[in-house]
Amino acid sequence: MKNWLTRIGFFGLLIILWEVVARLEIWPGYIFPSFTSVLASMWYGFADGSYPLAILISLRRLAVGYGISLLLGITLGLFVGRIPIVQKTVGSVILGLQALPSVCWLPLALLWFGLSEKAIIFVVIMGAVLSISLSTADGIRNTPPLFLQAAKTMGAAGFQLYSRVILPAALPSIVSGMKLGWSFAWRSLMAGELLYYGGMASLGHLLTMGRELNDMAQVISVMLMIVLIGLLVDFLVFAPVEVRIRERWGLHTSR
Amino acid sequence: MPSLSARIAWETAAAVRAPPVPALFHTGEALKLSVQSLTKVFLHSHRESTPALRNISFDVKAGEFICLLGPSGCGKSTLLHLIAGLEKADSGRILVDNKEITGSGRDRVVIFQEPALFPWLNVMDNVSFGLDCAGVPKKDQSKKILEYLRLVGLSSFRKAYTHELSGGMKQRVALARALALEPDILLMDEPFAALDAQTRDMLHTEMQEIWQKTGTTILFVTHNVREAFVLGDRVLLLSARPGRLKKEFRCELPRPRHIEDFALVEAVREVLSDLREEVLAANKKDLDHEELAD
Ligand SMILES: Nc1ncnc2c1ncn2[C@@H]1O[C@H](COP(=O)(O)OP(=O)(O)OP(=O)(O)O)[C@@H](O)[C@H]1O
Ligand SMILES: [Mg+2]
Repeated sequence: MKNWLTRIGFFGLLIILWEVVARLEIWPGYIFPSFTSVLASMWYGFADGSYPLAILISLRRLAVGYGISLLLGITLGLFVGRIPIVQKTVGSVILGLQALPSVCWLPLALLWFGLSEKAIIFVVIMGAVLSISLSTADGIRNTPPLFLQAAKTMGAAGFQLYSRVILPAALPSIVSGMKLGWSFAWRSLMAGELLYYGGMASLGHLLTMGRELNDMAQVISVMLMIVLIGLLVDFLVFAPVEVRIRERWGLHTSR
Repeated sequence: MPSLSARIAWETAAAVRAPPVPALFHTGEALKLSVQSLTKVFLHSHRESTPALRNISFDVKAGEFICLLGPSGCGKSTLLHLIAGLEKADSGRILVDNKEITGSGRDRVVIFQEPALFPWLNVMDNVSFGLDCAGVPKKDQSKKILEYLRLVGLSSFRKAYTHELSGGMKQRVALARALALEPDILLMDEPFAALDAQTRDMLHTEMQEIWQKTGTTILFVTHNVREAFVLGDRVLLLSARPGRLKKEFRCELPRPRHIEDFALVEAVREVLSDLREEVLAANKKDLDHEELAD
């Protein structure tokens, strides 16, 4: 509770400071807009429906890309984690590719898929899938042997070992991979949308437009929204799940 | 009253006694488990190896209650894991109902030294794990599961998750989980070591009852000499590492036995000195080893 008060107080102060400095008009409004003008810009954006539409467009791309990443990443992770030869080959490729910022896939994607939704979704996938598969593989490799022995002695075999023991045991790792994957997907999407319009007024496109119109208030209000959406999903989806899993698995919570 | 030595009779190890077979068949009961010259060596990464079991042989009749005693690190857990089919022996055979085992199976359930409960399942689902794997419908399980949870005194905790249980409670869930499968052979690895004396006493009585009721063949590992004689028909004493069968005791005191029974306490006193020798030998071996390494 006290933490929250401190935080709110800090942000309140920051906003007041921001407003005061902007009102002094040291810099022109298109360089340093006031907090109220940013709020106004956000208000207009919501009022004329362009912001909700942009959010919808971006979130739809994200949902498709992230969904495919989950499916691919967890399956891939399962193989990498369980089969040593796959680990040595495919596993090292995944590790290597992680060094590549996912937006670098955009030129390739545009050549492969043309100017289409597929290209941007491909970039999102490349952003998220690697970390999801790596964490999944990690969790699966670290299944406590005792769990496997216990399951075997109780008659579990074959597929049951995977569905009833190996996957659940790896769940904490998988969830932290999902969380990491989510933030990578979000970043990749924004980077992709900045570079590629695709005929849709997405969040990234609103940023570009703000720059082209010299409308700094819009740029900042869109940035704020991107931050808020990222935080909101983390706060509403991942944080509660993670806390519950860590507690149940008897891992220590560090919050 | 017959003399104590008549009631707890020690014999030399089955491996030494030749031939080992006839004595076991006097009741005409079938041979359940036969361990034949089992050897297991663990290889470590740094080219060293630990011989865990050497040439160990014994037979177990159907429905017998066998306790395994031996100093720490002599290979008791390893022996149970081999019988359960969770690990492979380097040489020797294990026969169950006269068939050589090839892997793990629900007919031989282990209760591990650590409880090994699944944290993602609550107590009830942990207990039903084996039945679920065997495809038994949920509605046919619940009576049995509750019965065994009640037996270990945890029916009010059936919705709890493992992180909400104490160490002893976890071990009792593990016990219920194994019992619910009603296996032919129950392999118990120091299951009561973490329990308080009262709970343990209660479970000693329950175990004897369950065993008499179900006719399960039980191999029970323990460090506690008295516990071994409370529970076992026969007590096998393993030597220090690598484990070999050193001695075998037969305990014919009337059941249900209790850990404080006068006759039992007296009888065990004699056995203790034997065990002490083994522990000393184990420690000495370790010291020698260190000196060599220096
Ligand atoms: N997976 C393993 N890898 C290497 N060595 C092992 C392994 N498991 C057991 N050992 C070794 O084998 C020997 C016997 O181990 P085991 O666990 O069977 O002993 P134990 O009799 O059950 O001991 P305790 O009474 O302390 O539980 C030990 O020296 C141990 O170091
Ligand atoms: Mg052990």
